[in-house]
Amino acid sequence: MSKLRISVSPHIHSPITTQRIMLDVIIALIPTLIAGTVIFGLRALAVVAVCVAFSVLSEFIFNKICKKELTINDLSAVVTGLLLGLGLPANVPLWQAAVGAVFAIVVVKCLFGGIGQNFANPAITGRVFMIITFGSLANAAYPTVVDTASGATPLVTLSEGGSVEITDLILGLRGGAIGETCTIALIIGGIYLVARKVIVPHTPVTFIATVFILSFAVTLDAYTALCYTLSGGLFISAIFMATDYSTTPLTKWGKVIFGVGAGALTVLIRFWGVYPEGISFAILLMNILSPYIDKWTAKKPFGGVAK
Amino acid sequence: MSFYLHGVHLPHRKKTSDMEPVRMSAPQKIVLPMSMHIGAPAVPCVKAGDHVDIGTLVGSQSGYVSSPIYSSVSGTVKKIDDILLSSGKPCPAVIVESDGLMTFDQNIAPPEMNGYEDLIAAVKASGVVGLGGAGFPTHVKLDVKDISKIQELIINGAECEPYITSDTRTMIDKAHEIENAISIFEKFLGVKKTIIGIEENKKKAIAKMREIAQRNPRVEVKVLPGVYPQGGEKVLVYHTTGKVIPAGKLPLDVGCIVCNCTTMAAISNFIKTGIPLVNKCVTVDGSAVKEPKNVIVPIGTPISDVFEFCGGFSEEPQKVLYGGPMMGISVPDTSLPVLKNTNALLAFGEKEAKRPQSTQCIHCGLCVSHCPVSLSPVGIAKAYKSGNAEALAKLRVDICMECGCCSYVCPAKRPLVETNKMSKTLLREYMDAQKAKEGAK
Repeated sequence: MSKLRISVSPHIHSPITTQRIMLDVIIALIPTLIAGTVIFGLRALAVVAVCVAFSVLSEFIFNKICKKELTINDLSAVVTGLLLGLGLPANVPLWQAAVGAVFAIVVVKCLFGGIGQNFANPAITGRVFMIITFGSLANAAYPTVVDTASGATPLVTLSEGGSVEITDLILGLRGGAIGETCTIALIIGGIYLVARKVIVPHTPVTFIATVFILSFAVTLDAYTALCYTLSGGLFISAIFMATDYSTTPLTKWGKVIFGVGAGALTVLIRFWGVYPEGISFAILLMNILSPYIDKWTAKKPFGGVAK
Repeated sequence: MSFYLHGVHLPHRKKTSDMEPVRMSAPQKIVLPMSMHIGAPAVPCVKAGDHVDIGTLVGSQSGYVSSPIYSSVSGTVKKIDDILLSSGKPCPAVIVESDGLMTFDQNIAPPEMNGYEDLIAAVKASGVVGLGGAGFPTHVKLDVKDISKIQELIINGAECEPYITSDTRTMIDKAHEIENAISIFEKFLGVKKTIIGIEENKKKAIAKMREIAQRNPRVEVKVLPGVYPQGGEKVLVYHTTGKVIPAGKLPLDVGCIVCNCTTMAAISNFIKTGIPLVNKCVTVDGSAVKEPKNVIVPIGTPISDVFEFCGGFSEEPQKVLYGGPMMGISVPDTSLPVLKNTNALLAFGEKEAKRPQSTQCIHCGLCVSHCPVSLSPVGIAKAYKSGNAEALAKLRVDICMECGCCSYVCPAKRPLVETNKMSKTLLREYMDAQKAKEGAK
């Protein structure tokens, strides 16, 4: 008989792997990618493709240079690239998209130790880096499928006292980033992730609810508050960014605190900040608080008594 | 109860649950390690050349937490030799060559039962230890001194590990023994209430145990959810009574005595017949086993003989386990014997034996949300990596029961149970050092 293997229990493992989880996130983003391409044209697809390609490539090269194990098979770089690309307007220069992807992967993810080790969301930080560096994101792209002559995104329109059509916001026929406008596609992706148990709905639900409630408190008008909720990048951020494992709290109560906190910061920046949209900054700030939220909401061990 | 502790949904794979146990023929030799229980090893009381029968004492109890060991075959003591246990520790073992006659020791007689002391003495003499797998000497558990402390007897029929069905078979085939043991406990330990906890996937066993409850109004059957680990002592006590055992305390501290159903049946058998624990019902299964079945095996039989009795292997086994896949121990070779607390022997081929490659933690929190005792394996791993014993104490790694849920669910396949085990050792050493420091002051 050949040598028997010895190992510590357990001797069976669930079929769920990191790769499978990332694949689920990619699948969940497909409706949004399709919607974004339909709404903004093939240029949108090109932006996302550049982001994905440069994310994967920069992680591959980083691993090679640092003589680390290759990690691109876990598909997390693909997810980062997708989320970054979907967070950019379709008319962004492609070279800027590539720089953003390299920054997100190398500076935010790899330099902190790779998957699971980064404290800030790479896609969001990449986007914030681009907002500050290039300023190009301020010139939002507009849908090519319909003839919208409007020169402002809904958030700008709303802040100037104008009004927007709610059906346009739900279908995504408005100015904005590639993946942020089609609310329906994002919700489908979110439901898929919850059904696959990749995420729990705590953060997205509390995040979106907080933005709605506080927007209502400020505007005292339910319709306008709903428009605010459906505008900007709230749904893509709440469903896909605020549920990132590495940069958000572990426990359910922690996730609720994260959602409420990010929602409150978003409203604060939207109404009183310099930028029309504050989601990226809100999430980034909550990312920094996450380890502390984890500490405050740590579960009490069963039968555990103070020593 | 409206609230259950966390755990994981496992594939049950209990295909042997409808297979009545088959008695194995006499093995050619048996190997009886003197340590088949928690506590002090027994001391060999025979020498090479001695004749023994089934039920002849070969290792006598040494110390309070210990248990006697009896021969399970008739034959001649060949030698007393050190063997390496699956833990890697050497242990003296009595090796008996069977004469194939399987004659019983003539001195076997049912014990006289007149009171509490007689029960404790009988359980001690029976050689019965926790047969669910723990191997803790049962007489120590029952020796509560003040029996008024006992509020409930909880019989563990959860059998939550995949594959294993030996407890299920005990409940189906030896329901009368369990019933008898309950009445013995009622009579001598003053047990007023008995709760039998069984996982919901064992319909036949539940029906059998409900028959007992119909005859005896002090017995209740509690059907547990099919979520691993229902058989963990703290989980079982909580799910059957709602009582929380504080960290570092025993079930008795909340008025409970927990006994495995097979342990109960073995006690009843000894009190009725005087035959000590010499046989064990073992589930033999796994992808590499040709004919999975439940086998009644003389304790001490080499594992290889048992597999042979089950038609041998369908493929070269790469991993062989004592017990289930969640908490079982992998054995280095199949010459090791079946022990008192062996409830299953599993053999796996290449596919199942291969450990998936572990990658970096992605901080998903699945280990936290699935831990039945609400620990944070990810936090423990971090504290262990930095050698922070104080953090480990705060994280209460000491209450980890090593059920395996965290390692099972981990998408990055991190060896979390392994880290918890090492963390416990680190914490223990730190605590001992602290104590020594305080003592020196």
